[in-house]
Amino acid sequence: MLRSLTTWMLVGQRLAIALLTLVIVSFAVFFATELLPGDVAQILLGQAATPEAVAGLRKAMGLDEPAILRFLGWLAGLLHGDLGTSYVNHMAVAQLIGDRLVNSLKLAGITTLVSVPVSLVLGISAAMWRGSILDRVVTVLTISVISVPEFMVATLAVLIFAVWLGWLPALSYAADTSSFTAILKAYAMPVITLTFVVSAQMIRMTRAAVIETINTPYVEMALLKGARRSRMVLRHALPNALGPIANAIALSLSYLVGGVIIVETIFNYPGVAKLMVDAVSTRDLPLIQSCAMIFCVSYLSLITLADLIAILSNPRLRR
Amino acid sequence: MTDKALSFRLPTPRNLGYSFNWVGRIGLLVILFWAVVAIIGPEIAPYPPGEIVNWDYFTPMSHDYLLGTDYLGRDVLSRILMGARYTVGIALVSVFLACAGGVILGMVAAVVGGWFDMILSRLLDAFNGIPSLLFGLVTVAAVGSSIPVLVLTLAAIYLPGSYRFARALSVNVNTMDFVTVARARGERTPYLILREIFPNILGPVLADLGLRFVFIVLVLSGLSFLGLGVQPPNADWGALVRENIEGLSLGAPAILFPSVAIASLTISVNMFIDNLPTKIRDRS
Repeated sequence: MLRSLTTWMLVGQRLAIALLTLVIVSFAVFFATELLPGDVAQILLGQAATPEAVAGLRKAMGLDEPAILRFLGWLAGLLHGDLGTSYVNHMAVAQLIGDRLVNSLKLAGITTLVSVPVSLVLGISAAMWRGSILDRVVTVLTISVISVPEFMVATLAVLIFAVWLGWLPALSYAADTSSFTAILKAYAMPVITLTFVVSAQMIRMTRAAVIETINTPYVEMALLKGARRSRMVLRHALPNALGPIANAIALSLSYLVGGVIIVETIFNYPGVAKLMVDAVSTRDLPLIQSCAMIFCVSYLSLITLADLIAILSNPRLRR
Repeated sequence: MTDKALSFRLPTPRNLGYSFNWVGRIGLLVILFWAVVAIIGPEIAPYPPGEIVNWDYFTPMSHDYLLGTDYLGRDVLSRILMGARYTVGIALVSVFLACAGGVILGMVAAVVGGWFDMILSRLLDAFNGIPSLLFGLVTVAAVGSSIPVLVLTLAAIYLPGSYRFARALSVNVNTMDFVTVARARGERTPYLILREIFPNILGPVLADLGLRFVFIVLVLSGLSFLGLGVQPPNADWGALVRENIEGLSLGAPAILFPSVAIASLTISVNMFIDNLPTKIRDRS
């Protein structure tokens, strides 16, 4: 497929918008955590501090500079990998985050590996046999999962798999990595919960994308020629639905960002989200900023990726 | 067509195309039930919600304590009835703020157009790039959690989405002949927005408001579940699940019923909105 210049201009435009959004988002995060809480030096030193001590610390931390300069300095530090130091234990934020980020990415990666094939199979078969029992069960299940909070999905999973069936440990994250089954058990519960949350969205969108293609005249023509239902869907409809489906996958994976916050907290999983929730309760602002930026960047890149796939896969958008 | 228009028909909801099917009716009933509970809940609660009434914690359902007791031995039924006021109340106020703000800005942007529209759209789209739960976490971290902060934060999270929706609808209405005529008559922008655009986007906007209400209930419960929403001794439903999380391995009713309450509210709003008469939902 030869893509014209306008396509690439559209792609470039979308990337530029993403970059602009990122700048605005980082400003919002910086503004919310640096300027809203009031005097950080006062917070750090407590109520009993003398005004001189507060003024000294303000100068030392560079808090007396204009907000816009501090924002630019913070942004530059972020780009160089200098994330600042934690208020609470005075360790470098980059060091605190390092391992945690790997853990979170592992969780997200495994969830993606499990949920994408499951959702594709369920979504496509629900669309293929629309109105069948399978379709109705899938529809009701996905709507139920979408309309309840993530922590409830987690609670139900624990009730079913740990309390009633007794297969898996309930709420503890076992750091035990001695055997394969131990690792499997440690990851099972968070992955199951996240898979439910993400798959529900993915199945719905996949089903909608396939059904939209099935409703086109050329697929109807295939049906009229006497093609079997599976051939009609898999050979005729599916190739043209691939773009929307890929778009749906990227979009639903962005639900991982919200889901991971809840799931890591419930299962006490040592990832970035747990770190961030803990940082919120201790009001450790530099740590919150960095974690928030990690989440925003991953969320934004998934949304941008979804849009780019939509642009590249849809000939009508190329003009 | 003319026969139909001339024949005598009673203007009942069914004939006008405003009737609900039974799924929508069930949804509406559950919504009304929780709305009533949110208003009169504390008066009909069997015990004061904050009082320890039983020295036994996580007791199962019994005649004295219909839904059992929680981790301190407080009556779960009373706490759920009280929690309805927080969950439903906070979510309602925030959804009205979010939609009122979003719809007004959206209509103005669609009618005025030009730079105003472009800058506002870009800016609010950027805020859509922040995951909703994260937005809540960051503001709570910055200014601490209290009910006004929660209401404003939730409203701010969902304003951009409402803006986008209302703007898209208004742009469509704005190109219609009757708006062009009104403009040619020399009507001013406020008139165009209030009398021409607003009545024509009202139905879909109300449906959108319902869906946004569900999202807000979910994020509010999520925040409270993380311990960053409604603060003790008060508790909304999410906070009730959080404080009783240790009862999970016992399968205690104290953790089951607050979850059921949240699910019943959100699922029934979804059911209601999904089954709204198409005449209301897709008016334009």
